[in-house]
Amino acid sequence: MSRLSDHNVAIAKEIIGHYPKQKSALIPLVHLSQEQNGYVTKDAMRHIAELVNVTPAEVLGTASFYEMFKFEPVGKYVVNVCTTLSCALLGAGELLHHAEEKLGVKAGGTTADGLITLEPAECQAACTEAPCLQVNYRHKYRVTHDDFDQMVDDLRSGKLESEIPAHGTLGMQRQHIPDDKGVGAVHPDDVVGGPVWIPVAVEPDTEGASK
Amino acid sequence: MSHHTNSQGAETHDYIAGFYIGDRPKVVTSRFEYEDSHTLERFLATDGYEGLKKCLTMSPQEMHDEVRNSTVLGRGGAGFPAGVKWGFTPQGVWPRYLVVNGDESEPGTYKDRLLMERDPHQLIEGCLIACYAAGLSQCFLYVRGEMAVAQERIAAALNDAYAAGYIGKNILGTDFSVDIVLHWGAGAYVVGEETALIESLEGERGMPRLKPPFFPAAVGLYGKPTIVNNVETLANLPFVAINGSAAYTAIGTPTSPGTRMVAVSGHVKRPGVYEIVNGSTTFRDIIYGDEFSQGIRDGNDIKAFVPGGGSAPWFVEDQLDIPFEGKEASAAGSMLGSGAIMVMDATTDIPAAAYTLTKFYAHESCGKCTPCREGGTWLMRMLERVIAGHGTDADLDQMREVGQTICPGDMPHASSERLGLEAVPFPYKMTTICFVGPSAWAPLHSALTLFPEEFEARVTKVPKRVSIPVTALSGADA
Repeated sequence: MSRLSDHNVAIAKEIIGHYPKQKSALIPLVHLSQEQNGYVTKDAMRHIAELVNVTPAEVLGTASFYEMFKFEPVGKYVVNVCTTLSCALLGAGELLHHAEEKLGVKAGGTTADGLITLEPAECQAACTEAPCLQVNYRHKYRVTHDDFDQMVDDLRSGKLESEIPAHGTLGMQRQHIPDDKGVGAVHPDDVVGGPVWIPVAVEPDTEGASK
Repeated sequence: MSHHTNSQGAETHDYIAGFYIGDRPKVVTSRFEYEDSHTLERFLATDGYEGLKKCLTMSPQEMHDEVRNSTVLGRGGAGFPAGVKWGFTPQGVWPRYLVVNGDESEPGTYKDRLLMERDPHQLIEGCLIACYAAGLSQCFLYVRGEMAVAQERIAAALNDAYAAGYIGKNILGTDFSVDIVLHWGAGAYVVGEETALIESLEGERGMPRLKPPFFPAAVGLYGKPTIVNNVETLANLPFVAINGSAAYTAIGTPTSPGTRMVAVSGHVKRPGVYEIVNGSTTFRDIIYGDEFSQGIRDGNDIKAFVPGGGSAPWFVEDQLDIPFEGKEASAAGSMLGSGAIMVMDATTDIPAAAYTLTKFYAHESCGKCTPCREGGTWLMRMLERVIAGHGTDADLDQMREVGQTICPGDMPHASSERLGLEAVPFPYKMTTICFVGPSAWAPLHSALTLFPEEFEARVTKVPKRVSIPVTALSGADA
């Protein structure tokens, strides 16, 4: 059941078409499968392997390198509390402890109702707004303990449903290149000659050619 | 149009947390004062895609020269001039690709995300200019996976720009045709290293490639010439195309022209992201200046600060008057890196602060090079022991030894009048392929060197180890 749906296979094929080599679509497709299933399933990895023409082991080999891919079910909401320097200077450690107490799980765990997974995280590029956290990779800034409690209550009551999609959905917008507008990706070995707008006589650069 | 000023002075807006608009030259943040700065409508109403149009009236060579003359320095960390980097592509080898490094994850750094969220079309325009000038036939915009809003804004901007004919086949009715593809990262700091970025884009584990070849410009994506540029670097190009390189170099200093996005965080009164004039603004201006971070919280003294992202050796009070300029920062023992300043006040527990960074790099090591994979974790564990009060002075010696294995020779550090220390200039030597290994050592090395007493106070002194032979070695030349 966790292979990609027909709808997602169509999206997958468009994504694959964006790249000169199929394997480049591997990470975007693992994201797509995670969007569909909430985590990366074995069947999905087998399916992706078929789609990009590699072995399932290669899909796992690549996917297991990346932190955002979860290979076991996680909560609908993954809460990442930043613990790197700027946040740590302004109370990230205390916030993480508070979160553990509020949710009744240790960092890394998922609440009994399966709604929230709590994770310690590294720098989230919101250092001026410390301490910060992300819920499914959407920021919350300058989080006080009361803010955290309120956020958890809102997640539980479904108040944030329109703002924060379920875990796995990265962007609510997806790039789409219309057939009549796109140039199309060409396999690098099939490219002959430079782009048409580069006049052959005036190669744009000369220095460093031997590097 | 080049110097928008805001009559309100340094103000922030709730739609753009952490950014402060100032009364200074604006190269990349000129639209940040508009809440809808990310839309095509606002972009077109504020000279959007004018740089592209101007660029298309010039030859690729002319545009390339303009960028070379502007000396736009790479904003990812290394500070290499973009125009020169483009020139490293070997002649006659096609296709050539542009890969945009939007995998911003350096601790403390927080500028590319704003540029992607607040002005995605400016970045797209910069990509198009680069592709035109350097003859790059496809562009991949690699955006850090954990930035959901940036992904959405860029996806929407790309869709709008395709529909309006700014990207794709025969752009604005010319011969110039290029696709820009948004690529989602999936969470790995090391992918910010350009060869690791390329590996990741090829669908592999994001591990840096062995060097040589040193430059992806020669051998990059799919083995073809590839230009890897940082988001902020490319965001500078529309300004250069519209106003010319002379207008760009008129801002800043000869060695560091233009502006820079700098994020100031930690124990300051007003943490924020500021577009500063490059080269001349000092750390004291940035940390204490009224238009910037307004000094240390609660009137405390400053203890130390990280001048250029988590990988950079630390500075202390002695270095406050150094300008934000690459060569001066190097001579003083550190680097400007990605433009992130993290400030620690007198209340900071230095070993604990260093620990957050050591832990970061230990966690983010890709595992390819032994000194980083083993050394980073080893340093982290020893530091945990010392902080918990279970360490001995042998742990401190061992840290230095592990550090030497990652960075042999003299490790750069700042001078300290308090300790009578002279600066050791940047850069370091390294035994790893990329900078992640040295980055695991640099913050801890700075902490140990500039604040040795905080470590020594935490450890137990043990007698020097003596080796006791169990049996006498006979006959061996011992």
